[in-house]
Amino acid sequence: MIRMALHVSAYDLRAFLRNRQSQFFTLALPVLFLVIFASLFGGSGHTTQVVGGRISTSLYYMPGIIALGVIAACFGNLVASVTAQRESGVLKRRRATPVPAGAIIGGRVLTAIVIAVVMSAVLLGLGWAAYGAHVPGRTALALAVTVVIGAASFCCLGYALTSLIRNEDAAVPTTQALLLPLYFISGVFVAVSILPHWLADIGEIFPVRHLANALLVAYNPHTTGLGFAGLDLLIVAAWGVAGFLIAVRKFSWLPLGR
Amino acid sequence: MVQVPLASSSTAAPKTRKSCRSKLAGKTGQRSEMDETVDERGADQMVTALAQAEPVVSVRGLVKRYGSREAVAGIDFEVRRGEIFAFLGPNGAGKTTTVEILEGFRQRTGGEIAVLGQDPAMAGAAWRDRVGVVLQESEPELGLSVRECLALYAGFYRAPRDIDATIDLVGLAKQAGTLGTRLSGGQRRRLDFALALIGDPELIFLDEPTTGFDPSARRAAWEVVAGLRRLGKTIFLTTHYMDEAEYLADRITVLSAGRIVAEGTPRTLGGRDHMTSAISFTLPADLQARDLPAGLRPLAEPGPGGLTVLRSESPLVHLQMLGNWALGRGFDLPDLDVHRPTLEEVYLSLTGSPSEQDHQ
Repeated sequence: MIRMALHVSAYDLRAFLRNRQSQFFTLALPVLFLVIFASLFGGSGHTTQVVGGRISTSLYYMPGIIALGVIAACFGNLVASVTAQRESGVLKRRRATPVPAGAIIGGRVLTAIVIAVVMSAVLLGLGWAAYGAHVPGRTALALAVTVVIGAASFCCLGYALTSLIRNEDAAVPTTQALLLPLYFISGVFVAVSILPHWLADIGEIFPVRHLANALLVAYNPHTTGLGFAGLDLLIVAAWGVAGFLIAVRKFSWLPLGR
Repeated sequence: MVQVPLASSSTAAPKTRKSCRSKLAGKTGQRSEMDETVDERGADQMVTALAQAEPVVSVRGLVKRYGSREAVAGIDFEVRRGEIFAFLGPNGAGKTTTVEILEGFRQRTGGEIAVLGQDPAMAGAAWRDRVGVVLQESEPELGLSVRECLALYAGFYRAPRDIDATIDLVGLAKQAGTLGTRLSGGQRRRLDFALALIGDPELIFLDEPTTGFDPSARRAAWEVVAGLRRLGKTIFLTTHYMDEAEYLADRITVLSAGRIVAEGTPRTLGGRDHMTSAISFTLPADLQARDLPAGLRPLAEPGPGGLTVLRSESPLVHLQMLGNWALGRGFDLPDLDVHRPTLEEVYLSLTGSPSEQDHQ
């Protein structure tokens, strides 16, 4: 089963790397956002209030954009590609073979998590090279664990949303319509400290805010201890479990739109 | 990637052994363990007899309802080992519903079915290992080349066929490195065949394999299917093309509005072999049907454009009478034509198509 999931994942990853849409939305866009936001608001002397003190605004954007990269890989890209696979009959044909369902889904989830981890590393490297960002070694484990928990949870949410979308053309617009407003009210594009309270409160409901916050805690140089944001991680994981339950009930191997 | 060389080396041995054995042995359908232990001719024949006694697909009283609509209204049929069985019917007759139930994709409302001895609704990976499926509509794996698609699918099976040999078999050797999505429609369908074949299944479902194809692509697809027959595979084909069923099938079952309306071989379907032939010709201007010999007169009826048509159950006898009569009187019948009912006409009359009246 694990061997089979790895086998599926190797080919899913290859297909991912050849797809222009996923290259742009998943690989290029987070880098683009990091450069834009860090350059736009991160000029010399700009700082942002975080727990325990103030940090340079360009550093503030690092964890938020990492959250965006994780979500782009595990939610946006996953919804688009799995919906396309289902509607084109690819999932149905795979299901007609002896490969276990868990290996197909597990392989795709693994692919998303690998992309998310690589993207996080790329963004950290870019931040370090261009904006003097750094990862305190003490919280490195928390950062890695947060990325993986976030990635797995958003994969579950991705499978849940895929189950509700009937048509592959609707996949990218639907994910972007959900994510763009959430990025604004969850501290990804705009610091939470400057949001009106009611908007920040709405953002509190959704997992984007908590993933961004958990990453910020793991990344913030003022953080004391190991950097695990327990409550935020719990809320992200709870969303993941909810997504999992919806996906288990609603997921279809057969095309829905035809 | 590790699976690829492993897979091809593991299949090499049983393949050679199998191909050396008699055609019957190839049809037993037992997996390689059986081939190894059965050596004596007598035992071999017994296994063959047992395996052939049990149909590959057996359906009794199959019903499928969607709400109040009955898509499949209680059908029975069997598919025997090694044959190409065509399930023929117009769109909406219930063909795909039936196939999807046999493939294990849909639950039935009622009836008993066994495919390779198991209920597809309950069957697991070991059963899927023995079944190949070509879906009516499926696109290639996105972003993978022909060879990569096959390597991916080969990894799903216990004892897959050799990848390059399978690519050769469906005639895609030149396109092996091409992305599946860049193939033409006919080439994509051949990739579908290869993917259905890579696990070396005993039974292959082909659901309308040539719908929307131009004539040359259809011919090419038929050649591939004929090649599968030579490998000893049992093939369950659905189609709404009469000529496809006639060209490929050993037996045809005609489905219309969820019911079986006829069964037979392409030659006998719908009583085609007992149907009357039409012998048509134009009589010289000074003669009429009543001038024909006594044996032909009761068969004659007026046809379109001043033609005289004889409805004959023994066309050869009646042609001879007609020829002797005409030659004896010293004239020719230049537009003489003998027409046996085509399978198309039989089919249209069976499925109650609107053009039924035109043909009867």
